[in-house]
Amino acid sequence: MNTKKSKSLVSYIKRDKYLLLMFAPVLIYFLVFSYLPMTGLVMAFKQYKPGGGMAGIFSGEFVGLKWFIQFFNSPYAFRLVRNTFLLSFYSLIFGFPIPILFAVCITQIRSKTLQRGAQVITYLPYFISTVVVCGMITNFLSPSSGIVNQLIVKAGGSAINFMGEARWFRGIYVISGSWQTFGFNSIIFVAAIMGIGPELYEAMKVDGATKVQTIRYLVLPSIKPTIVLLLIMSLGNLLNVGFEKVYLLYNSGLYETADVISTYVYRQGIDNQNYSYATAVGLFNSLIGFAIVFLANRLSKKMTDTSIW
Amino acid sequence: MEQKSAWVEFKNECLADKLFDVLVFLLIVLAVGVTFYPFMYVVSISLSSGAAVNKGLVMLFPVDFNLSTYKMVMNYKDLWVSYGNTFYYTFVGTFLNIVFTCLAAYPLSRKRFFLRKKMNFLLAFTMYFSGGLIPTYVVVTGLGLYNSRLAMILPVLVSAYNVMICRSAFESISEELFESAYLEGANDLHVLYKIAIPLIKPTLAVLTLYYAVARYNDFFSALLYIGKQNLQPLQLFLRRILLMASSEIMQSSGSATAASAAAQSTIQIRYVCIVLSMVPILCLTPFIQKYLVKGTMLGAVKG
Repeated sequence: MNTKKSKSLVSYIKRDKYLLLMFAPVLIYFLVFSYLPMTGLVMAFKQYKPGGGMAGIFSGEFVGLKWFIQFFNSPYAFRLVRNTFLLSFYSLIFGFPIPILFAVCITQIRSKTLQRGAQVITYLPYFISTVVVCGMITNFLSPSSGIVNQLIVKAGGSAINFMGEARWFRGIYVISGSWQTFGFNSIIFVAAIMGIGPELYEAMKVDGATKVQTIRYLVLPSIKPTIVLLLIMSLGNLLNVGFEKVYLLYNSGLYETADVISTYVYRQGIDNQNYSYATAVGLFNSLIGFAIVFLANRLSKKMTDTSIW
Repeated sequence: MEQKSAWVEFKNECLADKLFDVLVFLLIVLAVGVTFYPFMYVVSISLSSGAAVNKGLVMLFPVDFNLSTYKMVMNYKDLWVSYGNTFYYTFVGTFLNIVFTCLAAYPLSRKRFFLRKKMNFLLAFTMYFSGGLIPTYVVVTGLGLYNSRLAMILPVLVSAYNVMICRSAFESISEELFESAYLEGANDLHVLYKIAIPLIKPTLAVLTLYYAVARYNDFFSALLYIGKQNLQPLQLFLRRILLMASSEIMQSSGSATAASAAAQSTIQIRYVCIVLSMVPILCLTPFIQKYLVKGTMLGAVKG
């Protein structure tokens, strides 16, 4: 029995030897750069000594849940989870409807040239680097030379230090995020609207429907599955706030609203070299994130019959 | 011709539809304006004289058109060093990204591949769970990649998500094509290179776009792994200039031009750097227009 099995394995390997040859480097890549770090998560339960290299991951002293307890007892735990959640929640509430509205508008335009021009221009910000976007935000909002404050002063107001007060951060983050992505995110809705059969539009026309009625009774119901699916998928990302943008925009004066889990992990781990503690906080974030994706997927299966795995 | 018929169509509409059309048009103009204006403003500031900028005269178009800030910034050696590094990371990185994405996707698309299910799961799992920042950092630095060009390439060699897109493209090729190639004695390497890859060129074009933009814009890897200034990519240079201090360019321009340097405002230097960094991305525009809609749909099919 055993020999038969191993024999068949050998014959599989022989048959698929070129496929294996192709896949081998990729497999090594994923093992080294994805799965080795996953095993490195044991650091979260150990006392890792900086400078210990990779071997240090496994040799450190076992400390149980010490780092998790330390995190939950710290005054930062609540603030970090709240900020992370709120930034992505507001981004979703504010940012989700705009691409749909834009897609509906753009598909109503008759001139193809205008349509294409508007699309390409609104896609562009998506391809600009986070560093440049953050550079534009900070410089536009600068109290002395920024255009926003120049306009405020011209209108008779007094300059506002937008990047110096915690209360502005969430608004700035959400609005700029939406500015950068609404065009690109509309593509999928545009495609869904384009997929509606022309005979359905004709039928609406024959029935004497106005354009508003056509959108209300034909377009929106037709793209509803796409909307629901994308909404559920964005729910899965509720605890994933991009590190780069917050890192580039915030400063220690803004931690009250701006500090999120990923930036805290970076400061604790890379700046302060508390590797084990930072790993524990990061693991907490990944586990919650994974649970949310899992739940969102269950929801998606129930409501749209689509699953991401 | 097209516009004329659009106009006739508009004229024949009822009042409600006319109002609706006007509203839609205004919304589109608003969306395009809001997107375009910041770029226009940055370009205009970069092309204006320091005096006009300091007085706050520039709002839409350049005032006192001149290129002195460009000259000053372009004389700064660090800009070109970082530009060169970024081009290296982008070209080498994207090329390897595409090669290894194909090498991963092809076996996963073959139904007979005996490890197919296991390997699919192995890749898909990494999309939802990862070791996180610190363990990855320990592994990458532990491999001796800190301050090495490979640190910008190896840790981001293959994206599991893009492999899935590429895999569905390979799966959509008719099975008979493969069968006849095998009958003629071709092995999988030949089939991949001679048949499969040429057939999914549109998908590969989109993946190249995604990978290239990601490599060009990669700030995170550089922040973590590149400390040496002569290896730093453009994004790190930009952060220094845009978000920290831009005085270094003024200082580097030397005492001979100190007077003119003083006249340039910090903000102009910054905006010139933004413009220079966006040029390669703007060159991609026709490409984006041609392939993008298709590419996003590929992702949707997979989802």
